[in-house]
Amino acid sequence: MPKNLSIIIVEKDRDRADQIVEGLTASGAHDITVIPDESGLARRIAALDPDIVLIDMANPSRDALEELALASGPMERPVAMFVDQSDGALTKAAIEAGVSAYVVNGLQQERLIPILDAAITRFHMVSRMRTELEATRRALEERKSIDRAKGILMKARGISEDEAYALLRRAAMDQGRKLPEVAEALVSTAGLLS
Amino acid sequence: MTMRVPVGYIPLVDAAPLIIARELGFDEEEGLQLDLYRAPSWSALRDYLALGHVEAAHLLAPLPIATALGLGGSAQPLEVLSVLSLNGNVIGLSPAVAGQLRRSGHRFGFDDATAAGQALLGLDQPLRVGIPFPFSMHAELLFYWLDAIGLPQDRRPSIHTVPPPLMAEAMAKGEIDAFCVGEPWGTMSVENGVGELLLPGQAIWQSAPEKVLATRHGWADRHPDIAGRLIRSLWRAGRWLGQAQNMTTCAEILSRPEHLGVSPDLIDRALSGRLVISARGEERQVPRFVDFFEGAATFPWQSQAAWIGVQLARRHGGDPVKAAERAKSVFRSDLHRQYLAHVTRGLPGASSKLEGALSHPSALGSENGRLILPPDSFFDGRIFDLEQIA
Repeated sequence: MPKNLSIIIVEKDRDRADQIVEGLTASGAHDITVIPDESGLARRIAALDPDIVLIDMANPSRDALEELALASGPMERPVAMFVDQSDGALTKAAIEAGVSAYVVNGLQQERLIPILDAAITRFHMVSRMRTELEATRRALEERKSIDRAKGILMKARGISEDEAYALLRRAAMDQGRKLPEVAEALVSTAGLLS
Repeated sequence: MTMRVPVGYIPLVDAAPLIIARELGFDEEEGLQLDLYRAPSWSALRDYLALGHVEAAHLLAPLPIATALGLGGSAQPLEVLSVLSLNGNVIGLSPAVAGQLRRSGHRFGFDDATAAGQALLGLDQPLRVGIPFPFSMHAELLFYWLDAIGLPQDRRPSIHTVPPPLMAEAMAKGEIDAFCVGEPWGTMSVENGVGELLLPGQAIWQSAPEKVLATRHGWADRHPDIAGRLIRSLWRAGRWLGQAQNMTTCAEILSRPEHLGVSPDLIDRALSGRLVISARGEERQVPRFVDFFEGAATFPWQSQAAWIGVQLARRHGGDPVKAAERAKSVFRSDLHRQYLAHVTRGLPGASSKLEGALSHPSALGSENGRLILPPDSFFDGRIFDLEQIA
């Protein structure tokens, strides 16, 4: 029985990190450490001397990990981005899911693959959740602007809510813009007049 | 028919050739449409390129060379079709360290790397310096400078990798006391009152190749038509950027939220070479602070590549002579010359030159005409000669 792999996940968002840890745990027994804070990242990782580091591809702090890949860098065992490894399909899937992994040289492919598979699945899941959350937040904000814009029009022109909405809709069509944009513009300029 | 080419960049002033080529249609003039992708980090951008998510990328000049020497996290060989910009970095200090230098009599003239270096020698503690990436002109200039002024080993700064847009934040949090970064991110530190500027990069080397257009090795040879159109559209954008009267427009375009998302007056400082070096509003004029066109700036000199290769080999271990040879093959001077032959006569016939030999603008015989090369001295007067790498 080979020893447990030690894995570091660099992730600020607690919920995302939990999701990823859960997925990896299900793929086998590992020692998993989450680093939520990115200052002094390369040195902290080096101190833990992990087999694998997983980090969101969009995380700008990823560049700090490049120091790990230097012969004279802070980690004694040389590391490589997994994109060097031969499995092109796996690499592509990882990049699409937005996960980048730094792996100690010489780690057996059959031990690496289930972990990357699990990480890819979880990264997909959390990015979908993030997109949904973002869409919901935007929808709420848009509805708020539309409501406020309607209120301003009703007050300024003494019209009903339905008429105010129709007016906004017509303005949006005439200007070839989206309804929330027109509402937002009205709300922000109305602020100047009052 | 318009061909679409996905191209990646990092939000910096020196991404201007790509952004301007797209926004002002220099790409369409060549029958191309550049699809621009803003990348979150240098390593992510290099991987997008290595894996074919983009066909070309705005990269740090030393990055493709480091890859060729087996350094760093990717093994996909890359090559350089054009230089996108010369110079454009700034070195800055925390207000506390800057204050120490002022008290010791340094005048912050912003033009003398020897004087600034001497002032640093007087500090009693080693600095923590932020740079954007281990393989960057920032790292090369910094190490060259500190070596040349003779900073003793025990006072060497510790180097921390910090992505450019996060540099001001790292200064504010006190994680670093100094930085070397591309604009507008040094200016951003000044603006936020967390940094003062000490030197522009070209006070160390007057013509340092800063960013390049990189593609996967062999791509340009397999797609000669697209590669030629790409080189020409960026050259045209560079020619536009070489005209001072276009800088206000350029700052406005770069400032858009989808590109740099930074106020145009901060971008304008780098483009016009009028830098504000402290929160007290002191201004310094820097001719050729960042150069996109003059003196065949776009030409990828193999001697520039060799200089980078030798520096990397000396620092990370490796044979300098072999490193120079490998580095030279990364810079495709041949393709650059070939694909621009019909649009300009101002390109050199040679692919290498002495680096650091010109202290004044000097005329050089070019393919069919006359080319004025800008000064390219190192601050310590050394000359890099390919024939004499020890």
